[in-house]
Amino acid sequence: MTEAVVHAHHGPDRRPGIIGWIARWLFTTNHKDIGTLYLVMSCFMFFVAGAMAMVIRAELWIPGLQIVNPHFFNQMTTLHGLIMVFGVIMPATVGFANWMVPMMIGAPDMALPRLNNLSFWILPFAFTLLTSTLFMKGGAPDFGWTFYAPLSSTYGPPSTDFFIFSVHMMGMSSILGSLNIIVTILNLRAPSMKMMKMPIFVWTWLITAFLLLAVMPILAGAVTMLLTDRHFGTSFFNAAGGGDPLLFQHIFWFFGHPEVYILILPAFGIVSEVVPTFSRKPLFGRNMMIYATICIAVLSFLVWAHHMFTTGITLSAELFFMYVTMLVAVPTGVKVFNWVSTMYKGSLTFETPMLFALAFIVLFTIGGFSGLMLAIAPADFQYQDTYFVVAHFHYVLVSGSLFALFTGVYYWYPKWTGRMYNEALGKWHFWLSLISMNVTFFPMHFLGLAGMPRRIPDYALQFADFNWIASLGAFVFGITQLIFVFNLIYSRYKGKQATMEVWEGSHGLEWTLPSPPPYHSFETPPEVK
Amino acid sequence: MRLKRKLFQSLLLLSSLVLSVSALAKSSLNMPVGVTPMSHDIYDLHMTILWICVVIGVIVFGVMGYSLVMHRKSRGHQAAQFHENTWVEIIWAVVPFLILVVMAVPATTVLYRMYDDSNPAMTIKITGYQWKWEYQYLNEGISFFSNLSTPYSEINNKQKKNKWYLLEVDHPLVVPIHKKIRFLITSNDVIHSWWVPAFGVKKDALPGFINEAWARINKPGIYRGQCAELCGIHHGFMPIVVIAKTEKDYQAWLKKQKSEHKTATTTDVEKKWTSEELMKLGKQRYDTYCAVCHKVDGSGMPPTFPALAGSSVATGKPISRHIDIILDGIPGTAMQAFGKQLNDVDIAAITTYERNAWSNNTGDVVEPSDVAKRRAVQRHMYTSEELKKLHNAKITKPNTTTKKNSSSQGEK
Repeated sequence: MTEAVVHAHHGPDRRPGIIGWIARWLFTTNHKDIGTLYLVMSCFMFFVAGAMAMVIRAELWIPGLQIVNPHFFNQMTTLHGLIMVFGVIMPATVGFANWMVPMMIGAPDMALPRLNNLSFWILPFAFTLLTSTLFMKGGAPDFGWTFYAPLSSTYGPPSTDFFIFSVHMMGMSSILGSLNIIVTILNLRAPSMKMMKMPIFVWTWLITAFLLLAVMPILAGAVTMLLTDRHFGTSFFNAAGGGDPLLFQHIFWFFGHPEVYILILPAFGIVSEVVPTFSRKPLFGRNMMIYATICIAVLSFLVWAHHMFTTGITLSAELFFMYVTMLVAVPTGVKVFNWVSTMYKGSLTFETPMLFALAFIVLFTIGGFSGLMLAIAPADFQYQDTYFVVAHFHYVLVSGSLFALFTGVYYWYPKWTGRMYNEALGKWHFWLSLISMNVTFFPMHFLGLAGMPRRIPDYALQFADFNWIASLGAFVFGITQLIFVFNLIYSRYKGKQATMEVWEGSHGLEWTLPSPPPYHSFETPPEVK
Repeated sequence: MRLKRKLFQSLLLLSSLVLSVSALAKSSLNMPVGVTPMSHDIYDLHMTILWICVVIGVIVFGVMGYSLVMHRKSRGHQAAQFHENTWVEIIWAVVPFLILVVMAVPATTVLYRMYDDSNPAMTIKITGYQWKWEYQYLNEGISFFSNLSTPYSEINNKQKKNKWYLLEVDHPLVVPIHKKIRFLITSNDVIHSWWVPAFGVKKDALPGFINEAWARINKPGIYRGQCAELCGIHHGFMPIVVIAKTEKDYQAWLKKQKSEHKTATTTDVEKKWTSEELMKLGKQRYDTYCAVCHKVDGSGMPPTFPALAGSSVATGKPISRHIDIILDGIPGTAMQAFGKQLNDVDIAAITTYERNAWSNNTGDVVEPSDVAKRRAVQRHMYTSEELKKLHNAKITKPNTTTKKNSSSQGEK
């Protein structure tokens, strides 16, 4: 790698001074700039929603009401959930797509750069609107991120309307973003890159984008019906007016279950890129991985009522949704088996991205197991709405999606910035996160089985021990994330120069570009072997 | 390498520490077996699927662990280049599928049994309210409300928490053992969920719909549960307590209930109550029924739960408006109708208390007979718009209100 190439043009022309700097980021249509904006925003929101989790765990440290009142506690659980889902995991995966998809398919940029700018810049306004509800009369939304009617319609605080509009904005952003990703993948691939040759990360994102297009309008419909129920005299969810509160849950989860896969499929993609690199061996059963992902995406539309087993749906509905939900375990199992087979007889090394990917595989599988248990409808009557469910979805979202995002950041950071992250700090971040994550969430399985409902600000004395253990773990987990941010900022200036390939076993088009890559990734389409 | 081993050791140490702490404290680790055939079936399913997961986990993580140890580059292992095997792929799709089929069979049978609520020996209607349960014995004609009985002083850490902190109620549900009891579950406001883990019964209470569940309890005892569906601010404070008695004890309890029910109402209403008596009872009833929303000090949580201290309803005239709102509630808001839940004495006491407590020194005394009179007549149903107007009128024209309302800043 010659100096001249390393220092290739990788920034836009811009006016000098602070105005120029602001204008550069505000008006940028570059996929890397927008990817960076997405990632920085989700990192910031991660700490906002994380602080809310700290408030929750501080209140649950010991029995009794100490720090916050139950009303504020409910606002914290609601906003923590909403922001972590819509403001952290989703934008971060879109950030990865922005950075990586053009580089992985041999394109110069995204297909619709201005749309790309718009889809990002909607988000800061959406989240400002959402968090501003905390300062409104009557407080922020306090009905849980699932906002079941009539708690959110008739009984919702006045700020619910602001929440509704912010969800509309997030939905718009997601729809525009996913359109852009679909168009880019289908039209801007290097001519020699056939569909089945596409990197797995690109595949998972293509499928995710279709899921987003399918379900975000449904969420928009749900919140709009909520709005008209609140203000325009309709009774979609109001039994007194001939409506049905269960209708809300059907609509919400018809969105909500595919949404869960929207959060995890890009994570699958990241891990499927990283494991082969550090195993120095091609991904096992590549085509099967793609088919399994498609299979999971299709099944995601047929399982929504497993969130509603205790609502009194008919026996036949219980049976149908139980069977289909159990079926999801098959393609998911195929993915896990394939990752393990990729490592089998490989030549393994354990850099930070690989460590996070390994933790992902083990802990996501544990989350999958508890998911399978929850699928057994009769048993779900005991698990539903307890801390067992809280443990389950934090295993698939924290040690699943979030750990996969860490994997991706450490893996591609040298490519993005041209500098290596600090490996020692990376390992500290990994080990502390791994231990504290399990100390936080594993005891929650026991709490749920012993009978502790979720979303309560205070609890009976029999739950006291595991609660303080969980809180302790949560505080350590929270502080540990500062190491991550410090590492990223520190290494940006002080890290070692990265080579073009970065990793010994790296594979794919992004590693044929210099680190950092030129501003317009591929100006002529590369040849794919 | 040394560092990794050390980290591994400390990980082991930490996990054993966690386990020993929990063992010492005797915290429960697993689902309760319960006392109904249904809860036993659920427990068996739970253990079966758990062990299936454990076995699969041991195999998968075993292979993975083997690779992590044996196939590392630092041991000089060369990477093989195989990346496909159709047969292996088919096997590991089909085998889990077959395991799932085997698992689905018992799950289906249990589900069928769970949904078979035919031929019940008795039926109890359960209605969820923010934040209490109402139990109606449909065949016996008795009904009562069940409220959290843990005192505020324990919740606010001013007093030592008793053993059944947050899991105790003033009127527990009493049922006989060895009888098929059908529960009809519904709600008066938002969605609640009636859950008693020992029975394996959890059913959502939906406003406007009636859900069914059933239980046949094997063993006499006290069983505790909680509302499982987020139902607003005090979701964590609406426990369920069920006392299962032998048939003989249950009949005795039933008889006592019916006789008490009769005597309580008639004599007390006719009696003339003093303002001290009403204030004393009023404070007690207010703290149980009203303070969760309007707060012990009457400050409320505006705008959802308005302040009562200095409010236009609790200090203004006519007094009948105050009584009517307590009786009928305000439709479309969190203010429920208490007419069904409370008798005339209770409502008279609460009204008197609210009109005189804090700085609402109106001096008004509301007798049980006043409440009985309001019950007898056709009442106006107040809406939140009307009350908002009333409230605004009072704020903009302070000179029209009496001097006693100097405390109206409490209404902010």
